[in-house]
Amino acid sequence: MLVNPVKRTYLAIESWFNLSFGTEWNPIYHLGTLSFFLFWVILVTGLYLFIPFNGSIAGAHASVEYITHDLRYTAGVMRSLHRYASDAVVVTVLLHMFKEFASGRYTGFRWFSWVTGIPNLWTIVTLGITGYWLVWDEMAQYVAVGSARLMDAIPLLSAAMTRNFVAGEMTDRFFILIEFLHLLGQPLALAFFLWLHVKRLSDVKINPPRGLAIGTLLALTILSLVKPALSHAPADLAKVPQVIELDWFYLNIYPLIDIWPEGQVWILVLGITWFITLMPWMTFKKDGAKAVVDLDHCNGCELCFDDCPFDAISVQARTDGAKYEKEVVVNPDLCAACGICAGSCPSSNPFRSRKEELKTGIDMPQQPVDKMRSQTKEAIASMEGEVKILVYGCDHGLNVHRLESKDTKGVKLICSGMLPPTLVEYALKNGADGVMVTGCRHNDCFYRFGNRWVKQRFAGERKPILRGRADRDRIRVHGGSETDKNRIENDLNIFRADLLKKKQAEALAEKSAEQAETSQEGSR
Amino acid sequence: MSCWSKGVGNKPLRYLLQAFNYTIFMTVVWYFATSPSVRVIGEDEAMITVAFAHAGETREACRVLSQEELMKLPPNMRKLDDCPRERSPIVIEATLDGKTIYSKTYLPPGIFNDGSVNLYYNSKVPVGKHVLEIKMDDSVRKQGFNHQLTQDIELKPAQILLIEFEPLKGFIVR
Ligand code: HEM
Ligand code: SF4
Ligand code: SF4
Repeated sequence: MLVNPVKRTYLAIESWFNLSFGTEWNPIYHLGTLSFFLFWVILVTGLYLFIPFNGSIAGAHASVEYITHDLRYTAGVMRSLHRYASDAVVVTVLLHMFKEFASGRYTGFRWFSWVTGIPNLWTIVTLGITGYWLVWDEMAQYVAVGSARLMDAIPLLSAAMTRNFVAGEMTDRFFILIEFLHLLGQPLALAFFLWLHVKRLSDVKINPPRGLAIGTLLALTILSLVKPALSHAPADLAKVPQVIELDWFYLNIYPLIDIWPEGQVWILVLGITWFITLMPWMTFKKDGAKAVVDLDHCNGCELCFDDCPFDAISVQARTDGAKYEKEVVVNPDLCAACGICAGSCPSSNPFRSRKEELKTGIDMPQQPVDKMRSQTKEAIASMEGEVKILVYGCDHGLNVHRLESKDTKGVKLICSGMLPPTLVEYALKNGADGVMVTGCRHNDCFYRFGNRWVKQRFAGERKPILRGRADRDRIRVHGGSETDKNRIENDLNIFRADLLKKKQAEALAEKSAEQAETSQEGSR
Repeated sequence: MSCWSKGVGNKPLRYLLQAFNYTIFMTVVWYFATSPSVRVIGEDEAMITVAFAHAGETREACRVLSQEELMKLPPNMRKLDDCPRERSPIVIEATLDGKTIYSKTYLPPGIFNDGSVNLYYNSKVPVGKHVLEIKMDDSVRKQGFNHQLTQDIELKPAQILLIEFEPLKGFIVR
């Protein structure tokens, strides 16, 4: 089957990291938190450097040189860490963007996360620019003049900034403004934009797994010791800096200012920004119908509220006069239409109302639990063979219909998390010998937590749990992407063989029990 | 129940692979933190920069109002002379050894076209001895370029030769 090349590349990178880090530490799954971690490193080293730094134009460069050379192992390392962590954060943020893009996680309900990522990117880059300014070396001068030319090109502004940087006219007042921005203004803006960025998600993790944090810090420290960050010669406004060893992570547009008119540079930068901003609306993908609450079947247990990955459900006082204290409401603007809540609701129990339509507390109009139950029944009825395996999968992992054979049938769900554990029990009771649940790769659910909740529910760690009487040997969970067909098929074959063995052993045991019974009868 | 791989089973090998990944990451960080370097100006080049703010002359001179005209105005707005605010555009031209390097007309900014112009101009030129000429026309009421300076200069590599203008002194080369 055709998988688009961007996604294929992404999946290959993801697999490689799974191989070397395992799924728990896979950096691809922690790019956001890794960025947060790098911010902590930047913050701590920055505060440390603030002490020996001299904030006047005349003293800045000398103090940075002192930090770098005389205090090499006490403050110089901190300077290098500050720089390299800042560079690394650009890498992790760009990869984070690439990951969300490549896995299709930027359209529909995700527009908010995507769009609010962009001011973060802008703030980080401009934060780096003002940071380089503070060293007041030749690169700072280069950046200052370039920035001033960009500012002067903005219509309506007085167009007088560039003159600040000709022959000795840069003032301490201006320098202090830049320091204020770098030390306070921009970090506060970043904190605000980061808060906004994750506002619509629930259970957001800020810290990466410890192993990943330690590895990253260790790598940065080694780099800082081997290749300490250095300055250029002091700024001299009477001379053009001849060669700049440019930091391309932050200062990539400045060489462009030398060859293009400033206006054109603005058009390019703003054009790219707008293009990225509007990307969520450039596809035809639409979110499905949003979750609907049916108070007649809701007892206010709040399980759906706990499980919703997008903070779309809230709890409020009961409004329908029923004897329960609480009820839930869905905010359709936030709802991702993932169906995870339908899997959480204890009322989504297929053993209820067997003869009539199955109704539940919270349901998805496009695939209600009643339909899941009838799809389950139909799939089981259509299977032939010694062992019958029912595979539940989702739209974002491997298409389960590709696994089908005479004795294996698939039922597609919106998300594996929408599967009520009682439905697995129901399938096993009504003719399936085994149930397999696929879905996204472990730790990488399209809807954030669907496959995680499945595992926890099956392991009895999360309500609604899969009850103890369901035979665990007859259940498998194996997530995987479109490109993981072979792995999943492999596991499916092992599962089939295990089930067959189990069935034969059971038949044998039954037979011998019968024989024992008849021989007992005969001897009487 | 099985799940997706926990990574390479062999622990030392897994850490080795991780070290390899970190090395690539740090190499990328280190390399692009300083490379490739950018040459801003050639080894045998210097820069001529023109930078100053200047308001052109008003387009029309102030005019003393006649008694009749004064009476027509509301009492609180009566002033003896009427000064139109609109200023002349600024035309500037510079040549180096007779070759034009800078030639531009700036219109006065502001809704009444009465603002002062911020001029900024940069040009890379070969080092050594040159004859520099710069002239400016800031008045529609006077014929041709009404400010002018010609000077012999000697430029060193990477030097910034700054040209400014002060109304009382005219062009100043630093
Ligand atoms: C300072 C830089 C950034 C940081 C620290 C950051 C961090 C995060 C974090 C922690 C999450 C939550 C992940 C989760 O818990 O599932 C997230 C989600 C997301 N980010 Fe960023 N982000 C940054 C920049 C960006 C940028 C520039 C973009 C794209 C333009 C972006 C796009 C997204 C998207 C689409 C999600 C939604 C993920 C989801 O709904 O599962 N982020 N980000
Ligand atoms: S469908 Fe998903 S996003 Fe919407 S309310 Fe249910 S769990 Fe939350
Ligand atoms: S899980 Fe079901 S019963 Fe519990 S609060 Fe949600 S809708 Fe109501």
